[in-house]
Amino acid sequence: MAAKEEVKLLGFWVSPFVLRVEWALKIKGVKYEYIEEDIFNKSTLLTELNPVHKKVPVLVHDGKAIGESFVILEYVDETWKQNPLLPQDPYQRAMARFWAKFAEEKIFEGAWTALCSQGEQKQKALQQTREAMEKIEEQLQGKQQFFGGESIGYLDIILGWISHYLTVWEEVGSMEIIDPAKFPATMAWINRFLKHPVIQGTLPPREKMLVYFHQRSKELGSTSHGWLRV
Amino acid sequence: MAEVKLLATWPSPFYYRVVWALKSKGIAYEFIEEDLANKSPLLLQYNPVHKKIPVLIHGGKPICESMIILEYIEEIWPKNSLLPNDPYEKAVARFWIKFADDKSPEIWRVFRSVGEEQEKAAKDSLEMLKTIEEHALGEKKFFGGDKIGMVGIAFGQLAQWLQVIEDVTGVKLLEASEFPRLQRWINNFKQVPVINENLPDYDQMFAFFKGRRQMLLASK
Repeated sequence: MAAKEEVKLLGFWVSPFVLRVEWALKIKGVKYEYIEEDIFNKSTLLTELNPVHKKVPVLVHDGKAIGESFVILEYVDETWKQNPLLPQDPYQRAMARFWAKFAEEKIFEGAWTALCSQGEQKQKALQQTREAMEKIEEQLQGKQQFFGGESIGYLDIILGWISHYLTVWEEVGSMEIIDPAKFPATMAWINRFLKHPVIQGTLPPREKMLVYFHQRSKELGSTSHGWLRV
Repeated sequence: MAEVKLLATWPSPFYYRVVWALKSKGIAYEFIEEDLANKSPLLLQYNPVHKKIPVLIHGGKPICESMIILEYIEEIWPKNSLLPNDPYEKAVARFWIKFADDKSPEIWRVFRSVGEEQEKAAKDSLEMLKTIEEHALGEKKFFGGDKIGMVGIAFGQLAQWLQVIEDVTGVKLLEASEFPRLQRWINNFKQVPVINENLPDYDQMFAFFKGRRQMLLASK
């Protein structure tokens, strides 16, 4: 066991990207100090630790800062070997990374765009998101527990936002992305995910999220490009 | 040794990323040319989700997305490693690889558009170049070290494809005087034997992309 190892996480209460890192650290049993950042009023700490993007999450380990949730997850997995997040087999690892990238580009981006846009753009985004979710549904069929097998893994963590954010965004955006009747495997996965001890107690309160995203979608809907994700 | 095949199309910069990785590790492979205007059953079988190239096929199993292919290659053939050993340095490398993947499409937006949209794409491209110049390169010969690695390969589009885009569109993005580090990196990168011997011919590329841009403009 290493000597004094300081782990800090700069986050924002409603960021799904920050949640990913919290779940990873909790699965590994890594103690960390959480520092809440106001992303609309960025501190000098944030701009120093993530000068390129000035975004959260930022993981600081022994004074060294890492940004980007995907990158942080791989770092956490390599630094703390217990409870591996990525599969051991290189081909399976490539598959996990493939689906993570796919889900981020097609589902997260699609749902977010649908939330913040209107008319034809919204419909197009919804269509893209639904089609992408169908592919995830296929991947989940036959899975007993999680993408990671018996326990939560990398892909579960990357997709985990769906279990809590999607219905909020659907409500705020007056849209339906997942019809529960058409996505039985996904619904079952969502229920298992939400019941998992690591996930419980980490999720931001739904009522607060509704207010927040209602405001954000209105603000972002009135600009034409350059949306800040979350 | 399981067979390695690479399904791809000239002159895709994503195809060349995989070529550089395979060649730098001395891995033999069979190149299968794909016609993207007439997608083969092979492509549809091996990349049903995106139907895009490159696809690496190792022992009959397909891997898609160029940087995911590179991580796979690095894990299967660790010799002549393309990533740092230290987990923190590796994380820094992956940060820049993601940046390259997220932001490089801006230069292609310059290629594909006109007028106001092209101006915006040019502005975004310049911001990307500025970030690389100020934050990514440092004083070393290559990103993070004395030899090329995955980060340099990820940014490889800037070493030749960027110039083609500039020459075809007439939009100058990389002024050597404004981006001295980047220009120096491009010069060094192109002189590395594995890159030098595996770059598409400039004139052929220019003709190809000039034709593509003409077709794009005609269809607007």
